Amino acid sequence: MSDPSKALFSVQNLEVRFGAVRALKGISLHVNKGEVVALLGANGAGKSTTLRSISGLSRPSSGDIFFAGQSISRVSSSQIVRLGIAHSPEGRRLFGSLTVAENLRLGSCTRTDKAGIIADTERMFALFPILRERHFQLAGTLSGGEQQQLALARALMAAPKLLLLDEPSLGVAPLLIKYIFAALTELKRQGMTMLLVEQNIKLALQLADRAYVLRTGAVALSGSSEELLSDDRVAQAYLGAA
Amino acid sequence: MSGFEYILQQVINAVSLGSLYALVAVGLSIVFGVLKLTNFAHGDVMMVGAFTTVLLIGVGVPFIPALFGGIIASAIAGFLIERIAYRPVRNAPDVTRLLTSLAVTYILENVGILIFTSSPHNFPLPDSLNESWQLMGGAITFTNINILTLALTLLSLVGLGWFITKTTLGLGMRAASEDMSAAQLVGLDVNRLIVVAFIVASAFAGLAGVLWAAQAGVVQPQMGFTPLLKAFVAAIIGGFGSISGALVGGFMLGALEILIVAFLPDAITPYRDAIVFSLLIAFLLFRPGGLMQPNREIKL
Repeated sequence: MSDPSKALFSVQNLEVRFGAVRALKGISLHVNKGEVVALLGANGAGKSTTLRSISGLSRPSSGDIFFAGQSISRVSSSQIVRLGIAHSPEGRRLFGSLTVAENLRLGSCTRTDKAGIIADTERMFALFPILRERHFQLAGTLSGGEQQQLALARALMAAPKLLLLDEPSLGVAPLLIKYIFAALTELKRQGMTMLLVEQNIKLALQLADRAYVLRTGAVALSGSSEELLSDDRVAQAYLGAA
Repeated sequence: MSGFEYILQQVINAVSLGSLYALVAVGLSIVFGVLKLTNFAHGDVMMVGAFTTVLLIGVGVPFIPALFGGIIASAIAGFLIERIAYRPVRNAPDVTRLLTSLAVTYILENVGILIFTSSPHNFPLPDSLNESWQLMGGAITFTNINILTLALTLLSLVGLGWFITKTTLGLGMRAASEDMSAAQLVGLDVNRLIVVAFIVASAFAGLAGVLWAAQAGVVQPQMGFTPLLKAFVAAIIGGFGSISGALVGGFMLGALEILIVAFLPDAITPYRDAIVFSLLIAFLLFRPGGLMQPNREIKL
C-alpha cells in the first residue's frame, strides 16, 4: 500500500454525527490516482454517509477530507464538483421530469468548455447507447437499468478526477448489472479513479483494486481485493455480527 | 345580445381574469418549488410593483416604462426578502418558515399603510389604455388594458418557458425543485438558484400587481391579499410547485369564477369565493398533488 499522504484523495479520522448518533466514528481511507477502491459493509455501516460527507452534503464533526492536496471538508458541494469529484448517488436521484438530454446537460453545469462537453456527451452515448435512443425521453420514464446508466453518465459529464459511486447495481435487472459493471471496467481501463459503494461484494471486489469494510461507522478491515475475497470476516461484517 | 356573443364576451373575461391568476400563481409555484415554502409575501411584492408604477406615472414617466419600473422594484423587493428574512431560517422547521413568511407580509403591508395610508389610491391609467373596442355591433367589449394584459401575460410566459427549458439556470431551477440534494451533487449552486427563483417570481408578481391595479383602477397596501389567495387555489389545483400546473390552474380558476358569475343564477353569485375555496379544500383532501401530479404528496 502506498503512502496515504501522497494519495489523490484521503479521508482522515472522519466523524459525522446526526444529533446524538455517531454515524461515522473516525474513519480513515485513501484512494490513489487511477485506483478503484470499494467501500463494503452492511446496511447502516456508514458507506453512504461517507460518500455524502465527501460531497459536502453532510458535514463532519471532526476529521478532514483531502483532495489533490487540499482540504475540502468545508468547501461547498458545487465547488467540490468543480474541483473534480462527481457523485452518482444511491437511488440514482435523477431529475425525473427532465429529459435524458437535460439531465446530461445539468451533469456538465460546472463546465464552460463547450467543445469538451459535446465530445463527452458523444462519449456517454458510445458507452451507453440506450441514452442516445432515449435522448428526448423524460428520465422518470426510463427503466431501472437505463436510469442507472443515465446516473453514471450524468456524473461523468462533470469530467471528474474522482468518481463516487453509490450502489450502481441497486434496482437494476441482473443482465443490466453485468452491462453496467462492464462499462465501469472500461472506465477503469481508461484510468478513471473511483470510490465504489456496493452491496454485491463479489462484483465490487472483481472491479476494485482494494477495499475497506465498514462496520457500525468504523473501518473493520481493509486490504487488496484478492485478500478480502478469501477472507471470511468480510461476509461476517455483512451479517452485522460483532 | 345573442347567446353566442354573450358567451364570447364571457370567454374574453375568463381569459383576462385567468391570465392574472396565472401570473401570480406561477410566481408562487416557482418559490414553492425551490424552497418548499408558501411565500405569503408574494401578494405584497405585487403591491410594491403597483405602487412604484403609480409613483413613476405621478412624476411623468409614461405607462410602459413605469410598468417596467414596477417590475424591477418587485424583483428587488423579492431579492431583499430572500436575503434578509428567508435565508436565515432556510433550514429551520416548517412552522418557523411559515411564520417568517407571514411576518414579512405584515411588515410590508404596514409599511405600505404608513407611507400611503390604507385608503385606496386612484391608479392613473392613461386614457389611451382605457379606450374600449366594440365588436359585433357593441355586443362584445374589451379595453386596451385587457389586450395589454393578455399580450404581456403571453409574452412573459413564453419568456419563462424559454428560461426553464433552454437555459442551464432555468433547468437547474426545475432540477432543484425536484431534488435539492441531487441538484447540489451535480454541482448546481443552490444559493444562486434560490436567488434567481425569487427574482423571477417577484418580477412576475410585479407585472401581475401593476396589471391587477390597472384593471381595478385603484391601488392600496392590502391589494395583494385577494389575488394571493386566488393564486394559491390556482397553484394547488394545478399541483403546487409545478409551473405548468400553476398556468393551467390560473386559467381554470378564472374560467370557473366567470362561469359562476355569468351563467349560474344570481342567487349563487355571492357565494363565488365560497365555492372557490371549497374547491381548494376538496383538492387538498382528495388530490393534494393537483391535476398535473396526481400522485405527489405536498406539505404546505
